[in-house]
Amino acid sequence: MSQPAEDRSFPLPSQIAPVPGAEGWEAMYPYFSRFQPEDDQRFWFYNSMHFPEVVPAFDGITSEIPYTAIGANTARLFSFPTTMGIDYRIVNGRVYITANPVTDPAQVEERLGHFQERAGHYYANWDSLYAGWQQRIEALIADIEAVEVPELGELDDLSVVTEARGFASNHFLRERFHRCIDLYSKMWHHHTEFLMLGYGAYVVFFEFCKQAFPEMGDQMVARMVAGIDVTMYRPDDELKKLARLAVENDVADLFVEGSDPVKVLAALGERGEGGARWLAALEEAKDPWFNVSVGDGFYHHHLSWADDLTVPFAALPRYVEQVRAGEDLTRPTERLAQERDRIAGEYRALLGSEEEQAAFDQMLGVCRMVFPYVEAHKFYCEHWFTTRFFQKIRAFGTLLARRGVLAEADDVFHLRHVEVEDALADVMLAWASGSTELGARHWQPIVAERKRIVEALSGWSPPPALGAVPEALNDPAVKMLWGITQETVETWLGSEEDDQSTVRGYAASPGVVEGVARVLLNVNDIGQIREGEVLVCPVTAPSWGPVFGKIAAAVSDIGGTMSHAAIVAREYGMPAVVGTGSATARIRTGDRVRVDGDRGVVTVLG
Amino acid sequence: MTAVTTAAPVVAFADVGLADVPTVGGKGASLGELRRAGIQVPDGFVVTTAAFRSAVEALDPGTGLSGLDPADADAVGTACAELRSRVAAAPLPAGLADAVTAAYGRLCDDAGNARLPVAVRSSATSEDSAEASFAGLQDTYLWIRGADEVLASVRRCWASLYSVESVTYRLRRGIPETDLAMAVVVQRMVDARSSGVMFTRSPLTGDRSVIAIDASWGLGSAVVSGDVTPDSFVVSKVTGEITKRTVATKSRWHQPDPGGSGVVETDVPGQLRDVPSISDEEIAALVAVARRIEAHYGVPQDIEWAVSRSAPAGENVYLLQSRPETVWAEKDRAKVATPTARPFDHVINLLGGNRPTSEG
Repeated sequence: MSQPAEDRSFPLPSQIAPVPGAEGWEAMYPYFSRFQPEDDQRFWFYNSMHFPEVVPAFDGITSEIPYTAIGANTARLFSFPTTMGIDYRIVNGRVYITANPVTDPAQVEERLGHFQERAGHYYANWDSLYAGWQQRIEALIADIEAVEVPELGELDDLSVVTEARGFASNHFLRERFHRCIDLYSKMWHHHTEFLMLGYGAYVVFFEFCKQAFPEMGDQMVARMVAGIDVTMYRPDDELKKLARLAVENDVADLFVEGSDPVKVLAALGERGEGGARWLAALEEAKDPWFNVSVGDGFYHHHLSWADDLTVPFAALPRYVEQVRAGEDLTRPTERLAQERDRIAGEYRALLGSEEEQAAFDQMLGVCRMVFPYVEAHKFYCEHWFTTRFFQKIRAFGTLLARRGVLAEADDVFHLRHVEVEDALADVMLAWASGSTELGARHWQPIVAERKRIVEALSGWSPPPALGAVPEALNDPAVKMLWGITQETVETWLGSEEDDQSTVRGYAASPGVVEGVARVLLNVNDIGQIREGEVLVCPVTAPSWGPVFGKIAAAVSDIGGTMSHAAIVAREYGMPAVVGTGSATARIRTGDRVRVDGDRGVVTVLG
Repeated sequence: MTAVTTAAPVVAFADVGLADVPTVGGKGASLGELRRAGIQVPDGFVVTTAAFRSAVEALDPGTGLSGLDPADADAVGTACAELRSRVAAAPLPAGLADAVTAAYGRLCDDAGNARLPVAVRSSATSEDSAEASFAGLQDTYLWIRGADEVLASVRRCWASLYSVESVTYRLRRGIPETDLAMAVVVQRMVDARSSGVMFTRSPLTGDRSVIAIDASWGLGSAVVSGDVTPDSFVVSKVTGEITKRTVATKSRWHQPDPGGSGVVETDVPGQLRDVPSISDEEIAALVAVARRIEAHYGVPQDIEWAVSRSAPAGENVYLLQSRPETVWAEKDRAKVATPTARPFDHVINLLGGNRPTSEG
């Protein structure tokens, strides 16, 4: 390194100070997720994209399992030449990651041979393999939906005896809990099976565009490859359909801002055939399209629309109003497709030679081949499967609460998954022996302490990175998934020079606007937003879709140029800055802000 | 397009095109060509190289300059000063002054202004930009009014060929005086509220997918001469989106002299300094014109333009000049990529550690 280390380094992992009131946080996470003394030698960065909040003990599984799956794919299945997998560590409730590069040229060469064969097989047969993937993932979803938490009655059912099943129902406690964990693990293996290959194709085209057209915005590349009939838009599209149906069936008057979904549903039940038709349509839309998380699928408390109808019902009044005003809410797919092809065609025509145009066609072709997966997988994996998974875990929590082990169902999320197994064993034994579970005395104080710890840790500001900056950050995995490049790190290192009023992130959708900020930490609060305000939020997911019709710009803590907020903002043609890391902490509702979606800068004006 | 073969001393823009460089110079030919392409160019005429020859040959400048030692600055200086005063003062050949006066008169009649302000600019026949700059061929006289002033400005353009730098350059290169030719463009002035330059590729990166516009208040000479830090816009050719927008503090502007003719350089009024000098609609109009010109010529262009104070919105953008962009054209990049055997080999190569050329 050419410059003195102290100028080029973030705090070392060993230098992180304990947070008062959070003593003992280590017990919330597995031992292998803790920083070791030798970790000071490595460069780590905070995965704020996926883990913007303190990770509760159970939710530790959303880092443990994904990293076992993603690394297995890159390191052991596809043999990515220059990278093995990703190591993660948790400190003060936040997840830090680093990639393990392969630096020995001989090893890279050897891995390359396997990579060509293995990745080549996937690329060469992409469409049929992806069709198989869809079947596998839908089968997995059906499996997780089918998991039943056993009922432990006074006596097991007579049929268990007459059919000589040979084991009692308490056996199922562990087996079915395990099944949830196992299915979750399989889901992540499938998730990452295509992920790196898909992003790889995108990065190749992206880098080509950046070289050929140095001033092309990131979002333009996305616009050339983006799909038109995107699964991610479906939940919002379903709401629009329901709004139209409400008007057609003369029940639109029931959808007014601030009303309680339970009361609206009850009122619909008394509105005769029209109400019944609407309720039937709702039921049809709900499965699967309401299995969409209000977050990004990495926290148990990011519920789905199906779990909590507040979010979709908060969006309906506005759509109803638009339908009444004669607006056409359907997405103009034909026009969007034409526009996408026109843009690609114009850039192609601007290239200097026929050879470059031929290479452009190839790269764009590969990109569009992989994109249906890139765009759809989140709905299947992070949303549909994951919200179902957390529902099942919550059901085990309900059982533990009923058996007196926990005070309430959601307390299960303050236990690590291996601890849940312990608590279930307690229930299995107590039911078998006829005595009482001992867990109340053991777990309830632990749960109470962990709630305090989570609360204490939530005020901690995680440094964006830890350790010495490596000479080059070329790992394709890091670059692809998190957009962390040399430039990003330089920005982080230089960010202390910015004054307090500047918040930096990714330029996700172009344009510059000024407006009044509305900081929303929870999608359930979207009813508060006023026309023309600037939305400042931790992360957006499809369930935030409805709010984009009202706002002037979007700013998020988390997300890259391919994130939901970015894509929707581009569709609405409004500026967006995403992945700021700290916008919700540094901007207050009522602040006047300037959002510069060209440069990725948000300025608090006062 | 056939060239103007006439030895006429004056030709209207409407009658010239690119093939006429030998008689009307590069600037004159380009303006005629733009008009033919349907671009809104302020009207005007060219005082041809034939006119130059008939006026200057009579003075026999070659004799006075031949045999001079380019290193003998005093001798060159004396000879040049003497020649310049002769070019500026000698009576013009019969008919030439009348032809220029008549052409100017027609412009005035069309505009309904008897003392119509015009720009008088030299127009080189040479492709050699170094020669052009040494030869003083960048001369421009703005806001010239009245036939006498026009004639005097034409002579000043001619006389610029006999500057010390220009003559020394020719002596050193052994360029014979008999090869000398210059046309002069006389073009109606736009009463410019704002003006500037634009490139149909990025001057910073060479990116051909964008148009870079520099704009400031008043006449374009303030931007071209570097008297002011202009507003700067970058617009995507593909989407028309303004991808970069920098509104500068514009402290100086060039304006017509309220006294009648010529240009004065003054401070921009405070309320205008930090305000964008062109609107988004005007940017869109400039981009549309720039794309048409680039498509017409088939190569990236370097364009001077103005937005009229008096013309109605939607019709107020005028093109003053366009020439091929030369900086990036010379160092155009190597190919970014070539096709691979199988399309996905691009991905295998990148992830395999074979970085693209720029990093490799």
